[in-house]
Amino acid sequence: MTMNSQGRPSTPAGADSAVPETVTGNRGLQIEEALIFEQDSPGMSGVDLPAVPATPLRLGAVKPRGRVGLPGLSEPQVVRHYTRLSQKNYSIDTGLYPLGSCTMKHNPRLNEKMARLPGFGDVHPLQPVSTVQGALELMDALAHWLKTLTGMPAVTLAPAAGAHGEMAGMMAIRAALEHRGEAGRTRVLVPESAHGTNPATAAALGFSVDPIPAGPDGRVDLAAMEAKLGPDVAGIMLTNPNTCGLFERDIRAIADAIHGAGGYFYCDGANFNAIVGRVKPADLGIDAMHINLHKTFSTPHGGGGPGSGPVVFSEALAPFVPVPYVVHDANGFRLVEGAQVENGGQGTEVGRMKAFHGQMGMFVRALSYILSHGADGLWQAAGDAVLNANYVMARLQDTLSASFEGPCMHECLFDDRFLKGTGVTTLDIAKALIDEGFHPMTMYFPLVVHGALLIEPTETESKAGLDQFILALKSLAERAKEGDVAYFQGAPRLTPRRRLDETAAARKPVLRWTPASEPALAAE
Amino acid sequence: MRYLPLTEADRHAMLAAIGASSVDELFRDVPPAARRSGPVEGLPGFAGELEVERQLAAMAAKNIAAGSVPSFVGCGAYRHHIPATVDYMVQRGEFLTAYTPYQPEISQGTLQVLFEFQTQVSLLTGMDVANASMYDGATACAEAVMMANRLTRRKKAILSGGLHPHYRDVTTTDAHFIGFEAVALPPAPKGGEDLVALVDADTACIVVQNPDVFGQVRDYTTLAQQCQAKGALLIVVVTEAVSLGLLTPPGEMGADIVAAEGQSLGNALNFGGPYVGLFAVKEKYVRQMPGRLCGQTVDADGRRGFVLTLSTREQHIRREKATSNICTNAGLCALAFSIHLSLLGEEGFTRLARINHAKAVQLADRLSGVKGVSVVNDSFFNEFTVTLPRAAAEVVEELAKRRILAGVPASRLFAGQLEDHLILAATETTTESDMDALTKALSEVL
Amino acid sequence: MTVKYTKDHEWVRVEGDVATVGISDYAQSQLGDVVFVELPEVGRELTQGKEAAVVESVKAASEVFAPASGTVTEVNADLEGEPAKVNTGAEGDGWFFRMTLANPAELDGLMDEAAYKDFVEGLH
Repeated sequence: MTMNSQGRPSTPAGADSAVPETVTGNRGLQIEEALIFEQDSPGMSGVDLPAVPATPLRLGAVKPRGRVGLPGLSEPQVVRHYTRLSQKNYSIDTGLYPLGSCTMKHNPRLNEKMARLPGFGDVHPLQPVSTVQGALELMDALAHWLKTLTGMPAVTLAPAAGAHGEMAGMMAIRAALEHRGEAGRTRVLVPESAHGTNPATAAALGFSVDPIPAGPDGRVDLAAMEAKLGPDVAGIMLTNPNTCGLFERDIRAIADAIHGAGGYFYCDGANFNAIVGRVKPADLGIDAMHINLHKTFSTPHGGGGPGSGPVVFSEALAPFVPVPYVVHDANGFRLVEGAQVENGGQGTEVGRMKAFHGQMGMFVRALSYILSHGADGLWQAAGDAVLNANYVMARLQDTLSASFEGPCMHECLFDDRFLKGTGVTTLDIAKALIDEGFHPMTMYFPLVVHGALLIEPTETESKAGLDQFILALKSLAERAKEGDVAYFQGAPRLTPRRRLDETAAARKPVLRWTPASEPALAAE
Repeated sequence: MRYLPLTEADRHAMLAAIGASSVDELFRDVPPAARRSGPVEGLPGFAGELEVERQLAAMAAKNIAAGSVPSFVGCGAYRHHIPATVDYMVQRGEFLTAYTPYQPEISQGTLQVLFEFQTQVSLLTGMDVANASMYDGATACAEAVMMANRLTRRKKAILSGGLHPHYRDVTTTDAHFIGFEAVALPPAPKGGEDLVALVDADTACIVVQNPDVFGQVRDYTTLAQQCQAKGALLIVVVTEAVSLGLLTPPGEMGADIVAAEGQSLGNALNFGGPYVGLFAVKEKYVRQMPGRLCGQTVDADGRRGFVLTLSTREQHIRREKATSNICTNAGLCALAFSIHLSLLGEEGFTRLARINHAKAVQLADRLSGVKGVSVVNDSFFNEFTVTLPRAAAEVVEELAKRRILAGVPASRLFAGQLEDHLILAATETTTESDMDALTKALSEVL
Repeated sequence: MTVKYTKDHEWVRVEGDVATVGISDYAQSQLGDVVFVELPEVGRELTQGKEAAVVESVKAASEVFAPASGTVTEVNADLEGEPAKVNTGAEGDGWFFRMTLANPAELDGLMDEAAYKDFVEGLH
């Protein structure tokens, strides 16, 4: 036999369990990583390029530039840099990511594979349309699904993100009012619970924003809304399900009232994932609604984008879509790229909102998700999303303070009454939850309750995953009630970084690396 | 359904805990008339991976991939080689499936990437500071104009005829709806615009593009000085980021704001999106800059870390008083841009730019030898314009039938105008045989 | 010399023809760490009750309203580099701007120190 003659232990000794200080500052798999600019090997490159062909420069009066100032690294150094950085991120692949109103659901890798097919990924937007028939067919297929799922007659795929979609929708309303000769309608009603983009969009387009208070049930106060109607009202921007996670029961009455007053109904479809395939927005009286493909249809959030925000339109607003859009005739698919060309300058389209034809890469991913689910899978997904949220609400309502009575839709809202007198805040609970291995819920939004905690589990979570999350939140709530303030204020302790000084960052903004900033950092 | 982890037993147990008899009951607040009784009719049911792949691959097969044929198409999107590492790294789940870094303790990866990205964009453009990216170059251009309006408290923008028409149109759409004036000059392939003469007391900015949409490169140093002397700002648009590896950057020319498209680095053509807008300004303007910003700070233990900062400019705080309604950046595309640039480094990036330029010079010289073809530009980076003896759109269509993507007919961008103008780009991916194929086919059809 | 307060927590101190304006110590305590102050340009005409400046903390931006109508004559340039002065000396060296008064009688409608103190206590 061969002997273990090196004296190598094979069971842990298990004495001191305190986290040690290390020489490197690394902690096992948590490896400290310098800025890429601090790893410069001058002259090094991670890309091998051929020699520059010997042709004279043809730059006219423009001089070739001097040094750019980029660092040089080899390929393995670059791979390590980004691998280490990636390991400092929480992600939906890591675990439960219950950010209310943000919809962090599983991002299937099939979507990524499909978007990288050369026939989609390696196609130039200005190739002759005869060479991109399949790309236009895909846009048409996605448009068909979005129209059928919502029951709405028209859709634009142009907007680059949800907020951009809001812009398209509100531009269509402005254009329709101008077309009617009623440009004097300049007031837009926006509930207090709205996402900040709603008032920002309305204001950017020159509308005045008139807030509508929420009723005691967390929904729009219908009487208060009706009292604000008048001949200067352009429309209402309403999120449904709303940001309290509730369905606006009076939505038909709201739609009828706004239409009766001559205005339009913009629905913020950020929460469409709760109702996709189960509710028909066309039957709610909506005139325009954006759909965030990264929320409802699983395209990746990517650390903050890219998004994609198609907008569906009613008959009344359909003529006021932005360019470009796809049309289908006997000769195949075609792109309408300019209103002037198509309609001799008489077009009602609102114009162009972005270069080229929309976020094609996101269209492919969304369609891949949609085709995978099919109509029955989407029905089930929305049902599971709502079931998961109601389950969390039911299990936590005795421990936390639910803001409104259920059932909720895809997310459940709590406020900080359960923390009253403890000295612990919503922020503290969120930070302590990080040490328990969860991404926190959305905090301090919506603004209609104090110290909001908005939890959206999505259909991606298993029951076991939810039970563990519920256990963690319950135990933290109990710990807070026991008065262990110091524990909370010091949290998180187990993360690559602990709480960061946002005041210092904002008072003296350091927004880029400079060679001069290096010595000070090295002295740390 | 492979994406849904709940079992039927789970669903029953959960409904019991809630005290509901069915999932449908949870939708009881929805007006019955709008509630569907079951999955939408007339749409297919769920499908396995293999089936979805077949359906989508069939659509993809109907397109000609630019990389499969000689391609000279540019005009705001460029086919460059993307190192394998880029696409591998952006697909790491921790980058791909993270949200906006609102919890900095568990988002330092994304935040440090953004800080490095901001630094890279500042260096490339020669500007003081850059934001964490915008939707694309065209929306960045429109945002730059609106920022100039805020800074100067004036309301008119003068758009050069060399500006990409999509950038022009996005800006004029905003001008109409947001309420400012955008004076767009007619296309000027040969230049000769007197932009400064148009600046009056109400003019907030001049917008020029370098290289312009016809490929021409210009030194805007004098224009910057003259424009600023009249109290207006100079916005420089760049649609080909690789050009910044060779040309004097806009910052050195005196630009106040740079709005650029970053697709050329790390991002595939994707039939037009998603791309990544670059936005850089002089330091003194930072608080009027739209979009997300990442800043350096320290954590509770005094270690360097990064956070989103100056967020009071943004919509989620300022609501109707925000600098912009934008609520996202192009995170993943910015990451791809950043990784590609990190791989290239100083040596690789500047060499890549020089190769691009040399290829374009070679192509221009080749085309000059084709009967009937005349090169319009006297100076350019990797793209230039030629005139043909026939309508360029027809020629492009004929060459597409021969599986050559010959460039962009100017009439596609400027409807009804410049019908004999063809805009062609060459990059490091352009080969000798690509150029042979193009010159041969052109001489045959002209 | 008189110091008067508004219901929106601005203070105004009149010395001769010049009035100095800032935000109250109570206001700064509610805002938390001030990170930036956007001041009006010298020469700007202000109207009582309309926006004159913006004070930003990390998570909020708040308008500061003109306590009276008049013309801005001077701004506190120190706040640009040291916005923290608003926290440490809200009613002292953390002042925002100085202005002339178009209509000194407007100040009659404002609270004196004692009345403001009562007003703030009433907020809790």
